[in-house]
Parts: sequence; C-alpha cells; structure tokens
Amino acid sequence: MQKSIAMAALLVASCGVNAASDADLAAIRAQIDEMKKTYEQRIAALEQKLAQAESPANTEKSAPAPAASSPSVTRASAFNPEVSLILQGQYRNARNIEGRGITGFVPGGQGLNTRGFSVDETELILAANIDPYWRGQAIVAMADGQANIEEAWFQSLAIGQGVGLKAGRYRSAIGYLNEQHPHMWDFSDAPLMYQAMFGEDAGYVQDGVQLKWLAPTALFIELGAEVGRGANFPGTDRNNNGTGGGALTVHIGDDVGVANSWRAGASWLKTRASARTADFVEQVGGGAAQGRFTGDSSTWLADFVWKWAPQGNPAHQSFKFQGEYFRREERGALTCTSAVDCATPIDSSYKTRQSGWYAQGVFRFTPQWRAGLRYEQLDSGSRDFGINAGNLVVDSYRPKKASAMVDYSWSEFSRVRLQIAQDKSMLGITDNQLTVQYIMSLGAHGAHKF
Amino acid sequence: MKNLIFACIVGLSVGAAQADLKIFATVPEWGVLAQEIGGSKVKVYTATNAFQDPHRIEAKPSLLAQARQANLLIAAGADLEIGWLPLVLRDSGNSAIQTGQPGYFEAVNFVNRLDAPATLDRAHGDVHAAGNPHIHLDPRNVLKVGEALTVRMVELDAANAAAYQAGYRAFASKWQAAMAGWQKDAAPLKGVAVLVHHASFVYLLNWLGMKEVGALEPKPGIEPSSGHLTGLLVRQQGAPARMVLRATYQQPGPSQWIAGKTGMPAVLLPYTVGGTAEAKDLFGLFDDTIQRLLKGLQ
Repeated sequence: MQKSIAMAALLVASCGVNAASDADLAAIRAQIDEMKKTYEQRIAALEQKLAQAESPANTEKSAPAPAASSPSVTRASAFNPEVSLILQGQYRNARNIEGRGITGFVPGGQGLNTRGFSVDETELILAANIDPYWRGQAIVAMADGQANIEEAWFQSLAIGQGVGLKAGRYRSAIGYLNEQHPHMWDFSDAPLMYQAMFGEDAGYVQDGVQLKWLAPTALFIELGAEVGRGANFPGTDRNNNGTGGGALTVHIGDDVGVANSWRAGASWLKTRASARTADFVEQVGGGAAQGRFTGDSSTWLADFVWKWAPQGNPAHQSFKFQGEYFRREERGALTCTSAVDCATPIDSSYKTRQSGWYAQGVFRFTPQWRAGLRYEQLDSGSRDFGINAGNLVVDSYRPKKASAMVDYSWSEFSRVRLQIAQDKSMLGITDNQLTVQYIMSLGAHGAHKF
Repeated sequence: MKNLIFACIVGLSVGAAQADLKIFATVPEWGVLAQEIGGSKVKVYTATNAFQDPHRIEAKPSLLAQARQANLLIAAGADLEIGWLPLVLRDSGNSAIQTGQPGYFEAVNFVNRLDAPATLDRAHGDVHAAGNPHIHLDPRNVLKVGEALTVRMVELDAANAAAYQAGYRAFASKWQAAMAGWQKDAAPLKGVAVLVHHASFVYLLNWLGMKEVGALEPKPGIEPSSGHLTGLLVRQQGAPARMVLRATYQQPGPSQWIAGKTGMPAVLLPYTVGGTAEAKDLFGLFDDTIQRLLKGLQ
C-alpha cells in the first residue's frame, strides 16, 4: 500500500516535471531550429563561395588571388646570394718546353707548361640583386695558396633607356671570347691569339667603369665604352691619377630565319705600359737580355659568331662558328739591359705591328655529344726596335696551331672533353698535345652569354 | 645633317608612341593569350616557338633587342627560362621589365603549382624548386593567368583599360564554353595511364584525371638512356600504360622505341600554340590535344 502511494506520488511529481519541461522544450526546439537555419544559411553561403573559388568561373572577381601552393619559407638564409662553383681539371700530354711562349710575341706571362694530371683554378661565383637598383657578382679563382679576385663588379638594373653601367673588376667586352670564362670555352685552352694578346690568363680584365647602350631597334646594336686602371698586359700597373686604359666596342646581331642567329663586333683597346719587362736574347753575346717597354699599345679586334640549330632548338643538334681577328700596334721606347750587348742600359725607339686570327666550328650531333675543329695563325709582323735591333734577336715567325675536340655532357652541368692539337707556336718545335678535361658546375649556375 | 638627326629623333619618338603596350612573351602560349586580351592595343613579340625546348634557349642578340623595347615581359616562371632570361633582362638596359617591376609578369604565380620537390638536389635532375612550370596545359590555369594578366595590363596602360577588360571577358566566356566541351569530349580519358617523355604534361593529366606511370627521361632534363627505357618495358608488365606522350620539341626516337616494343601508340602533342598545324591558337591547342589523346586511346 505504502508502495503504491509512493508510486503515485512519484508519478505526480514526474508529471509536474513533464508539464514544466514541455514549455521549455518548445523553446529549446525553436532555438535549435533557429540555429539550424542560420547554420544552414551559413553553410550554403560557404559552399557557394567554395564553388566559386574552385570553379574557373570566378572571372568577375577583381583581385587575382595568387594561390601559393608551396608553403612560404622564411629563413634568414633565403637572401643568400646565388652560389656556384666550377670544378675544372685535366690530364695533359705535351712536350716539355722550357720557357714556353709564342715565338715573335712578347710574353704576357709564363706559358702553360703543366703536364700530367692537374686541377685548374676552382671558381667560386657569388651573385645577387643588391636592391632594386643594382646587381653584384664576384668570382674568386682559387688555386694552391692563392685566391684571385677574377671579377668583382656591380651592374645597374634601373637606369633604363638601354643604358647599362658596370663598375668594379670585370672582363672587358672587347671581342667575343674575352667575356667568357674558361668553363664556357669550347676547347680546353684559349686560342693562341688570346694568349698573345693578354698573356696566360687569355682574357683582358679591367678595374674600372663600363658603360653600354643598346639601341631601340629590332637589329641588335650595342655600343660600349670602358675606362679603367689598365693594369694588365699589354699595359702595366702604374702609380698615377687618371686612367691607364680604355676600350670602345660595337656589336651588332640578329636572326636569319628561325634557325640562324649571329653577332659581329669591332673593338678597340688602348693601354699604357711603363717599364713592361720581357725576356730577349742578345744578338752578339747570345745570353739572356731584358727589354723594358714604355709606351702605348692599341689593339683592334673583329669578332663574328654564327649559330645554327634546326628550327632554333639547340638541344638536339646545333652548329656554332666563331672567328676573331686582331691587330696590335705598340709605340714607345725600349730599354735593353744584358750582360754583354747592353752592359750599360741602351734606350731605343720601339714600334711593332702584329696580327692574328682563329676560326672554329663546333657541331652538336646528339644532345650529349659535340665535336669541333679550330685553326689559328699569328703573324709576328713588323718589329722595329731602333738601335736595339743590333742588340736583341728579333724573331719573325708565323705561329700556327690546329686543334680537334670531342666532348660529352651528361647534363647541362657536367662535361668531359678530349682534345688533340698540333701546336707550332714556337719556331722549330712541333708539339702534339693531348688533353682530357672535365668541367663540372655546382649550384645555382647562371645563364651563359650568346 | 642636323635636320636628319632631328628627323631621326622625331621618328624614334613617334615610333615609340605607336603601339600602346609592347609585350615580350617568352613562350607562345602567353604571347597568344596577351594578344587575345589586348587585341589591336598591343604588339606582342614571342621569343620562342613550339619547336624549341623552352629550357634550352640562348640569350640571342635578337632577344636582347626586343626586350630593350618591351613595356611588359611575360615569363612562365618557376625557373623555366633560367638559362637565358636573367641575362636578357640584365643586358637589355630596360628598367621597366626587371624582376619586381610591374612590367615583369610571371604566369606561375597565379596558379596552384604541382610537383614542387620536397628536396632540392641535382641528383634528381634539372628540378624546378618552385614546382612544375608547364602550367598552361590545364585550361583553368589559362583563365587564371588571363585574369591576372588583364589586371597587369590595365595597371601598365590605364588608357586602354576598358579594351583589355572587354578583351578578357570575351575570351573568358568563349573559353568557358570551350572548356565544357573539352571536358565532355575527354571523358573517356579519365583514369588512362600514360608514359611521358618529360614532365611537360603534369597539369594536362591532372586536369583530365589521367595517370602518369613513368617518364622516358630518367631524371628531368637528362636524356633518355637505353637502360632506363628497358626498365620502363619491365614496368609496363606490372603497371601498363596505354600510350606514350611527347611534345613537339622533344625527339621522337625514345617514344617510338617504346611504342615499337610495346605496341602502344606514340602520341605527339602540340604542347603549345604552333606545335601542330591544328594548334593555331589556344582553342586549337586544346582541341587538337584532346583529339590526339582520344585517337591514341582507340
């Protein structure tokens, strides 16, 4: 009985609860419905937005939202310059010749006489945009116990009107090959002409300022002027205000059809030398003599490059012809010193006119293989030493050299080359040379010039 | 003589004022797109054609001369032109088109890029750090780039803003209609497995839902070797491909060799405008690409 009363009481109580929550429930339901509605609306809006974003039809939107797919990386090192390193070395078979040089030409340094295995200078290249106005580049050539600043310059980006300004240490824009570093050469060594003109580095490097102007025409016309220290051969370093050397260049170029492109140029280089020392042989005594030249040196260069590729696509097959000619005149005074003939130094006038040329063709016959031929000849020309002609031996000779090469590239970044050459650059000597060379480019390797 | 010089200067300045916007496009697809948008208001110079490998162009004198005069340079970007464009830009003496200026436009910046490598190492070949640059073979990307390009052209040449916007709208509506057609036509291509010469078709395959099961180049930019091709033949038994694709500028040898050994068709795709006789414009490029793929499927 007690049990049923309790049950009834419980029932009544629960009914009361029920009655109270019915009203609440309705309110809650209404709330939920409200929420559901707003969420549905929101979801619909979102879906619509998503569909708009996904579909390519979002054309009416004004701002293009660049969708960066890769996460943006922020590292302090992100602003580091582009770094690349060139590894170059070779095995070389050649005759052992003391004081290797070019007969009839004043040496600009020691000739290449390294035989067997050797590693060339390792080039470290650092380059970057400095700010919106300038770009900088440094090339350090490292060898045992030394690091030479090969190039260190900055270049304008923001002048406009076709004007380009470069200052620092740079490879002069004269000729064609001069601006190219050894790893871009098509043969393992520089043409005799460049060795005769500029010595063992086979390129003219200037500390100074270069101004270039590109004409606003469909035909490529580029004019350049350079002034600088002029410290390198054929000039010498001097302790002076003002400039020691200058150059003027003009290059033109264009395409012929879609398959051919060419560039031709003419350049003039002027340098001053002060007591530039060169080795000679005594006329009478036969011993070693030294001649010190002080005066002006003018070099004229003509260069021409023609490139062909089927449909303009050099990746599979291409042909490149290049040729250059130079003529040099030097005028000034020569001081002869030696043990016998010039026991007391003898001054005389000095006037030379010399010339030379090379021509080469390189054919890429598969994406990986190339083969090339080069022929070159120099003319020691006229060498007028005034009264010192009686004291020094004046050679007259036409050095010649013929080279053939074949190279293989695994990729754009690695190459191995076999070269054979018959070198008659020294009077009475025929040197048959064999070179196996490798060139490896590591890192952010920059674009090459035409 | 003085008069002659004066005449020349006047002639030059008049010449400069003629075309409203001089555009230098590195690749045909973006040159054609700029022409679609700009119509008669722009003068477009295209640096390369469909028969040239865009990775392997040289900084020719003619390119420098053209870049010197451009107001707007359109590049694909993502390092596609790294072997020549930086040099052309720097030696052009043209401050307007340098990187970071409004006159420098990189198409890849306006789309979702695929294939961005997780590790940057040349042991993986000539990889592109910013992802695969061949973005134009997904027609949705063409529209995105077109939209961004229109904004840029308006920014550079506000006087012709209305013409550029109208040009783009006309192109976009035609393009969307065409795209619907291509998607319908290409339905049978969904899920089809293919081999490719180089990773030039990543965006195309992604758009059409096709599957790339291998590349003839062992690594990007490395020429196909016989060893690698033989390896692909072995893989063909496990994961068979239905056809092998190459672009007009790629050599036919490797894909024909694979086709000969397996019996699958070697399909030449135009890759860009001008790659085949049918690919006369961007519409023709996709019409022809899909027709050739469908033919390969039969």
